[in-house]
Amino acid sequence: MSDAAIHDEHHDHHPYGGMTRWLTTTNHKDIGTMYLVFALIMFFIGGAMAMVIRLELFQPGLQFVDPVFFNSMTTMHALVMIFGAVMPAWTGFANWLIPMMIGAPDMALPRLNNWSFWILPFAFTLLLSTLFMPGGGPAGGWTMYPPLVLQTGAAFPFLIFSIHFMGASSIAGAINIIATVFNLRAPGMTLMKLPLFVWTWIITAFLLIASMPVLAGAVTMLLTDKFFGTAFFSAAGGGDPVMFQHIFWFFGHPEVYILILPAFGIASAIIPTFARKPLFGYASMVYAAASIAFLSFIVWAHHMFTVGMPLAGELFFMYATVLIAVPTGVKVFNWVATMWQSSMTFETPMLFAIAFVVLFTIGGFSGLMLGVTPIDFQYQDTYFVVAHFHYVLVTGAIFSIMAGTYFWLPKWTGHMYDEGLGKLHFWLSTISVNVLFFPQHFLGLAGMPRRIPDYAVQFADWNMVSSIGGFVFGGSQILFLVVIVKCVRGGQKATDRVWEGAHGLEWTLPSPPPYHSFSTPPAPATIEGGMR
Amino acid sequence: MTISRSRPRLRTTLAAVLSMPSMAALADWSKLNLPFGVTPYSHTIYHLHNIIMWICVAIGVIVFGAIFYSIFKFRKSQGAVAAQWHESTLVEILWTIVPLLILIAMSVPATKALIMMEDVSKSDLTIKVTGYQWKWRYDYVNDGVGFFSTLGQSSNVARQLKSGIDPHSVDNYLLEVDHELVVPINKKIRFLTTASDVIHSWWVPDLGWKRDAIPGYINESWALIEKEGTYRGQCAELCGKDHGFMPIVVRAVSEADYKAWLEKMKAEQAPAPHASNELSNNTLLAQRR
Repeated sequence: MSDAAIHDEHHDHHPYGGMTRWLTTTNHKDIGTMYLVFALIMFFIGGAMAMVIRLELFQPGLQFVDPVFFNSMTTMHALVMIFGAVMPAWTGFANWLIPMMIGAPDMALPRLNNWSFWILPFAFTLLLSTLFMPGGGPAGGWTMYPPLVLQTGAAFPFLIFSIHFMGASSIAGAINIIATVFNLRAPGMTLMKLPLFVWTWIITAFLLIASMPVLAGAVTMLLTDKFFGTAFFSAAGGGDPVMFQHIFWFFGHPEVYILILPAFGIASAIIPTFARKPLFGYASMVYAAASIAFLSFIVWAHHMFTVGMPLAGELFFMYATVLIAVPTGVKVFNWVATMWQSSMTFETPMLFAIAFVVLFTIGGFSGLMLGVTPIDFQYQDTYFVVAHFHYVLVTGAIFSIMAGTYFWLPKWTGHMYDEGLGKLHFWLSTISVNVLFFPQHFLGLAGMPRRIPDYAVQFADWNMVSSIGGFVFGGSQILFLVVIVKCVRGGQKATDRVWEGAHGLEWTLPSPPPYHSFSTPPAPATIEGGMR
Repeated sequence: MTISRSRPRLRTTLAAVLSMPSMAALADWSKLNLPFGVTPYSHTIYHLHNIIMWICVAIGVIVFGAIFYSIFKFRKSQGAVAAQWHESTLVEILWTIVPLLILIAMSVPATKALIMMEDVSKSDLTIKVTGYQWKWRYDYVNDGVGFFSTLGQSSNVARQLKSGIDPHSVDNYLLEVDHELVVPINKKIRFLTTASDVIHSWWVPDLGWKRDAIPGYINESWALIEKEGTYRGQCAELCGKDHGFMPIVVRAVSEADYKAWLEKMKAEQAPAPHASNELSNNTLLAQRR
């Protein structure tokens, strides 16, 4: 974007320079960049919290932090990573890519787009400021279960309002994406020709619109319980603490797929590119994503099997939960079939995409095990669960964010990234992330509960291994930052198509693309040519 | 005569020699997998867990095998040429139906295990478990005996921030309490779990389940312990500052020992001023049976 020639050619009008440009911009690429930078900052803040957690758990006994601060670290780590790192990263990808992929000049609602981003820094300033308040940050877990969360000190209203802000930002972003995809597709770009990243994002956007208001309602009830004398969740006042869990997870399970569906889209873009072979089963990929989204609304209680539900309820949620393995399996099999009889090369995006398929599948296996209610009574709230959701979120969502970053960074910046450093980042991350999270399966099965600052000595060995993996994984991410900064500042000039096997409208634009993506719609032949 | 006499000795020696490595192996395995446990339910889910885990491993070998085969076989540098096929309805139907059938097969034993867990009828005695920040209270509903159970003193000293005490030097660090829950073996014990402040969760891995202790709720579960011994667990639901420091210790004893212990406790607790009040509460609870 700093390329003067491109500015002149495409009537790039920034009415303001400096910071004001970024504050007032309505351009999808500027906003996409801000989302991605914000997500990266939050990734490092959330990561620093994880380092505190792994440091304290390095050995049994309390060496560094007190239990209250430890609990606020686990709570804030989750909130920052989910709402601050992964979700904004996906919205950043959507902003950058969806207009280019569907042949549109920009997003449909540019001012709403600006607003939905600029809510976030305020939301996270509110949330992170609680760490410096009397009583410290929220320490009741990111799930905010009452009555415990109502014991939070000065941080409580800040927690609630920051969640409201994050929700408003997500809903606005989702509306914008739906409006863009349904209204601004180039002529000839029919729904069943959309790249899978666009498909998975539309489905994600509908999940956001359906689930975020539910979370807003739940936390508002917490707020009135705390300050206005209501008793929604207080048994003593005729309320029900378990009702909160039902409402929360009615949001929370679709949220899981909000975090992972765009990752499916990215894997479906990268694997065919480097396999030089069309994606296997495009239509079944779309239907599988839609089925997963539908099922995500009827499985919420598997997060709370131990609250004591009637047998019929437990059976229903068990059957519905394990059923998700079917469409998820279809997606994994399709990726494998895409690789079969292909012609692969292994640049960094492909390495991360293959690691994503393998390691996400491991997270899927433990998810299937957790879905079986009678054994979940044993697994629930142990490190087995911690291992499971980090396999699906770190080696799932975050690995595909990294894959996508390496994949499109040359398109965004016009420069190739440093392939050697990229590969080093991949190998260090992939090895260390398994040293970090795989032993946590053992810890959980052997009986270590989650969210504890200190543990019995029989858990000492694997905790030490896990912490060492954690430190290496955390350190490796500095390489990621170095690669990105180097690539933004300069490097070998990227071609328009960047990758030999790349297909899709975004690759028909120059690298970096003009400020307004497609001022005139691409010719239908270009769309057909981009299809695989 | 001599042979028969030497046999037990031989057996003991052999057992001692053999048990050295096998015990080490067992100890290691117990660090990696679910405990086999000491109740019929814990055995059931141990087997169920192993079956499902091995099914996952088998599927993993096939899927990851195909991926790694592709990585080595279909690389451009080896001169692989990409085929252009990208659809096969038959294959798609096949890999939808086959996983579905595997899931249905898995659901049958899972359903049976769940029905087993939820059947709390015909219990021999009832113990009410109440979670507090940060300790447990146990009430023997039928006998009017009750007491609190908190973290053992030596652990409590060692677990303070920068205590300088090596946790390895403390017996059963963080898994020791002042008053153990004493129960008879081979009796169906019904546990009623509830809480007085926030949500806790009562979990002893060797029993095979955990159950949330929720204010305003009384949850039912059961255990039949087959073996005498001491079984340790912890609170499993985040309940605030000292969530990591409210362990559970269950001592399972023979019925005679249990009776003796109960009589002793009754005698100790008889003059307590709140006894009559406790008793009426507990009698009400007992009537639910």
